[in-house]
Amino acid sequence: MPAILENSGYSPDRKLKVVGTNPVKHDGPDKVTGRAKFGADLIVPGMLFGKILRSPHPHAVVKSIDTSKAEALPGVKAVCTAVDFPEIPQGSGFGDMTRNIMAREKVYYDGHPVAAVAATSESIAKKALKLITVEYEILPHVIDPIEAMQPDAPILHDYLRTKNDDAEDKPTNIVERLAVSMGDIEKGFAEADVIVEREFDSQPMHQGYIEPQGCVASCSEDGQIDLYCTTQGTHVFRDRLSAILKTDSSKIRVSQSEMGGGFGGKTSFYGEPVAIVLSRKARRPVKIVLTRNEVFRCTGPVSGSRSRIKMGSTKDGKIVAAESQLVFQSGAFPGSSHINAAQAMFTRYALENIEVVSREVVSNRPKVNAFRAPCVPQVVFGVEGLVSEMAAKIGMDPLDFRLKNAAAEGYTTCYGVTFGPIGFVETLEAAKACDHYNSPVPEGQGRGVSAGFWFNRGGDTTGSLTIAPDGSVTILLGTSDVAGSRVSISMMAAEELGVPLDKVRAVFADTSSIGNNRVTAGSRTTFSVGMVIVDSARQAIAEMTRRAAEIWDVPVEGVTFEDGEFRPAGANVGDFDPLTIADIATRTSVSHGAIAGHTEMNVTGEGPGFGLHIVDVEVDKETGRVDVKRYTVVEDAGKAIHPLQVEGQYQGGAVQGIGWALNEEYVYGEDGRLQNPSFLDYRMPVSSDVPMIDTVIVEVPNPNHPFGLRGVGEVPVVPTLAAVGNAIGDAIGIRPQSLPMSPPKLLALIDEANG
Amino acid sequence: MASKTHVTTTVNGDEHQYLCEPTQTLVDVLRNELELTGTKEGCSTGDCGACSVMVDGVLVCSCLTLAVETDGKSVETIEGMAGGGELTPLQRNFLELNGLQCGICTPGILIAAKALLDRNPDPTESEIRFWLAGNLCRCTGYDKIIRSVLAAAEEMRGN
Amino acid sequence: MAEEGYAAPQTVEAAVSLLGAANGDARVMAGGTDILVQLHADLIDPDLIVDIKNIPELCTITEEADGFRVGAAVSGMALMDHAGFNAAWPGVMEGVALIGSIQVKGRASIGGNLCNASPAADSVPPLIAAGAVANIAGPGGLRVVPVEDIITGPGATSLDQGEIIVSFTFPQSPAHSGDCYLRLTPRTEMDIAVVGAGVNLTMDDNGVCVAARVVLGAVAPTPLLASDAADALIGTQVDDAALAEMATATSAACDPISDKRGTKQYRIKTAAVIARRAAERALERARAN
Ligand code: FES
Ligand code: FES
Repeated sequence: MPAILENSGYSPDRKLKVVGTNPVKHDGPDKVTGRAKFGADLIVPGMLFGKILRSPHPHAVVKSIDTSKAEALPGVKAVCTAVDFPEIPQGSGFGDMTRNIMAREKVYYDGHPVAAVAATSESIAKKALKLITVEYEILPHVIDPIEAMQPDAPILHDYLRTKNDDAEDKPTNIVERLAVSMGDIEKGFAEADVIVEREFDSQPMHQGYIEPQGCVASCSEDGQIDLYCTTQGTHVFRDRLSAILKTDSSKIRVSQSEMGGGFGGKTSFYGEPVAIVLSRKARRPVKIVLTRNEVFRCTGPVSGSRSRIKMGSTKDGKIVAAESQLVFQSGAFPGSSHINAAQAMFTRYALENIEVVSREVVSNRPKVNAFRAPCVPQVVFGVEGLVSEMAAKIGMDPLDFRLKNAAAEGYTTCYGVTFGPIGFVETLEAAKACDHYNSPVPEGQGRGVSAGFWFNRGGDTTGSLTIAPDGSVTILLGTSDVAGSRVSISMMAAEELGVPLDKVRAVFADTSSIGNNRVTAGSRTTFSVGMVIVDSARQAIAEMTRRAAEIWDVPVEGVTFEDGEFRPAGANVGDFDPLTIADIATRTSVSHGAIAGHTEMNVTGEGPGFGLHIVDVEVDKETGRVDVKRYTVVEDAGKAIHPLQVEGQYQGGAVQGIGWALNEEYVYGEDGRLQNPSFLDYRMPVSSDVPMIDTVIVEVPNPNHPFGLRGVGEVPVVPTLAAVGNAIGDAIGIRPQSLPMSPPKLLALIDEANG
Repeated sequence: MASKTHVTTTVNGDEHQYLCEPTQTLVDVLRNELELTGTKEGCSTGDCGACSVMVDGVLVCSCLTLAVETDGKSVETIEGMAGGGELTPLQRNFLELNGLQCGICTPGILIAAKALLDRNPDPTESEIRFWLAGNLCRCTGYDKIIRSVLAAAEEMRGN
Repeated sequence: MAEEGYAAPQTVEAAVSLLGAANGDARVMAGGTDILVQLHADLIDPDLIVDIKNIPELCTITEEADGFRVGAAVSGMALMDHAGFNAAWPGVMEGVALIGSIQVKGRASIGGNLCNASPAADSVPPLIAAGAVANIAGPGGLRVVPVEDIITGPGATSLDQGEIIVSFTFPQSPAHSGDCYLRLTPRTEMDIAVVGAGVNLTMDDNGVCVAARVVLGAVAPTPLLASDAADALIGTQVDDAALAEMATATSAACDPISDKRGTKQYRIKTAAVIARRAAERALERARAN
């Protein structure tokens, strides 16, 4: 059962020494010297190089595969195809998963793996791929999700029937229909003085991590599997590998490298199971590192979407109804997180009447994956456009309009959760007070604002803390570190134990050394692991309290722990010199052994996060090019454990959003092949594309957490697309509805605005 | 298969002799033959800058340089930056100002930033942004990278 | 060092004879920033790579009585560091500055940018606008060819088997001359031109334009010398009316495709804008000279 700490111990009056400061992160020195080992950096003796053969067709039946010539090439040690993977029936989650890793009956997208080779060098492996012949029967394909919904569209999966829909029993590309609603939508719109309704579309966005997936797999004759890889979740990888390889989890050990960016994209595996199967056959370690081309063609973007959104407000500024129909593309296999969109799109306003229907659709593109606040920014792009439009129509300041409708503690959301203390109002007020909002919009520019919300997450979390005989502290983590959680968690432990941060180190444990952890995603890690590590520290303190009592020969109640020291609880206990943690720890071998704490929890009690972005842009009216001139992120962190890292999350999220807003997109040719699988043509922002990103950290504590933490990874990207869209709308007179807001599209809008 | 070529390259002051295929890139040789994995490979097409190194004092992408071309030349990589065990002001400022998140872009950015400061000890924000345009970072939004370089430059100028 | 697969000759003659003697596919490599990408993407599979960067003549910039001579393999950064050339040809340098990142420019050369023969190559329009000529060495000796005659189509040049460009000669510009290259890309850097325009103008003492060259990139299979656009400026004071006429002629000259980097209509429309802005900037420079 999801649980919270019985007594979080949160107190606004707690004097903090470590939490809230900006120490150098412990993984930093290795990362500025090249010592840190990422996914592609492991070199082991006897290692082979694996390469994957990929389909050039977006949709085809695999009639036959002949690997004999490749096998005969000197230096080739193993070749594998789908027959080397356990058969799992289609139509189940793992059936889809194994087929995404290696195509079986059909290929479903340009780049879908069909075979793989392990050889003594990369160049031999590449040559061997060319010697494999695959006979395809090419099928008609469909890329666009709306086209994929049409009755005559090519069908990807014969087994697929729409979930939660009473359509007739025949194959379809529509995976699921889901609905979220509250109140009475008709009644709501009947009360509206102003109604706005528009359609919006967004493109899938690649997570764009700079480190391509890389791994080394090594399998022994007795079936043990060792996998080293870059991942957002070692345990999730292990458990899924166990399912698709039909091997006990206990025989699979997954260890993580440093991760060179993930943003959701490394919550799923791609080449890793292939490396394992090749290693099983070759009986040697196999390394697979994806190329950038493979990363773009085959690893997940987040879903693109279509939305029709309708909202109504009274003339004094109360939003009375909100309605939407959504379509999300999930790529070749089901798996879009569109429930997030349905639940979060309007959440932040205290609405009473909501109706959202969302559909998820497969088409011949790579299967989607998570990306920061999966599926939310692209629909907020529409909602926040309409919110600003309504504010303008009734003549209210856009922030005042949002304030008037802001959700607060006690509001029950459309998905049934009643908010505890939240900081949306405080965030809006901080935005209103910030310098950017109070500066006039420079001549020739446009300004936009947008709000955003993310649930924040908890989930399965395990942590362990041990105290060495010298009093220094080691923390074992089973989660990943995307941007500094190791130091943030160490800071919380240091605070709780009253020791200097320098005495604490957090290290990764592999899946065989620690209990399960959910993926590092959804802004859950620093929050959840912080919670379990504080709990572990408290266990260690309790044990040391007992030992102090034993040393002094007093009852346990006679000992208190303060400022890192065990002291007599009162004068009547006796006159003892305080004992430090080191004083007690040093006696482990003459008392009761090592001192440790460990906690396994399915964490809940997460505090929702809210943000408000302000952006100024300049649009070149003759070319449609956009320059982002000024940007401010205002966001509630609950508590910033390490403020510089929190700012970094805000800034990084905003710039990713700017890229998605302006230029990033997937371009498919008529032939169903991806035309821009490179950084050059995918066009992520470079340093000269963006300004400094100003930040305002709001702190409305989440009392369920010992230090009031919420989580800061997702919210920063949520408002960005809409904020940029609103600013462009302000600059050119028409608010764009289609992402990306690239120069050709904007020039067309500008021409339209000029008649 | 083409026979391998014998190449002698000085890397971070140490002479290395190795055999490589004529089409093998410098980044491949650095990482896989010399096991200097501090230089990263994010794209292999010159678009991310993760593989930035100096060859005879010139900043280049090691993914767009053949190893055979560096015969008799001198290469500097991130592993050679903290000479004598001391972090350089650039490295230190990146640590102190949080100029890195995941750190995969960091070696390339440090090499590129050093090349800039060697030429221009007092760059403006905009000069830094344009100089580093070939170094993608997906984590930081660049803000703290630029600030780290500005602060290092100031420190190195002795202010 | 001349091993199978890779050769780095020290003289032009040696390079030419290596290329002439090669059986199979021999490729010339200067900075390598295009051919190594093609090589590793399996788009080409050469039997021999001839690295021309070790030939001194190809790597030097000299100022001669009749103008600058720039070795074909001189890197972008070396050119950017040459104060004299920067002062003489700011428009050429604007094109050079846009060839990839600083890292790429550490190796990429104008010879390579030209011989890669992309219609969107950034240094080519200003080179043509400048009236530069290519000095070519080959089995048949030396020949001199205007830069506009080198590219014959996407990825194709008029160089014969075994020929290499040794250097480019830039004419001495008359008084009151100025050049400029501008391009349009969605991002500020690291992009391929959606359209590009190089303009080179010469004015007389009375402020009348006596010579003009307008060259467009990425709007046709090859960089396009738009003589109608230039003619719209010659004999005028390059006032708004002349510029508007030039813009119209520019759009008319365009014959672009729609691709991942831009649509046909968008290219035609913006080529006129970019060409006009480049002309305005070139005019400012010409007036200041
Ligand atoms: S790996 Fe060389 S630029 Fe990306
Ligand atoms: S810190 Fe992760 S890419 Fe730059």
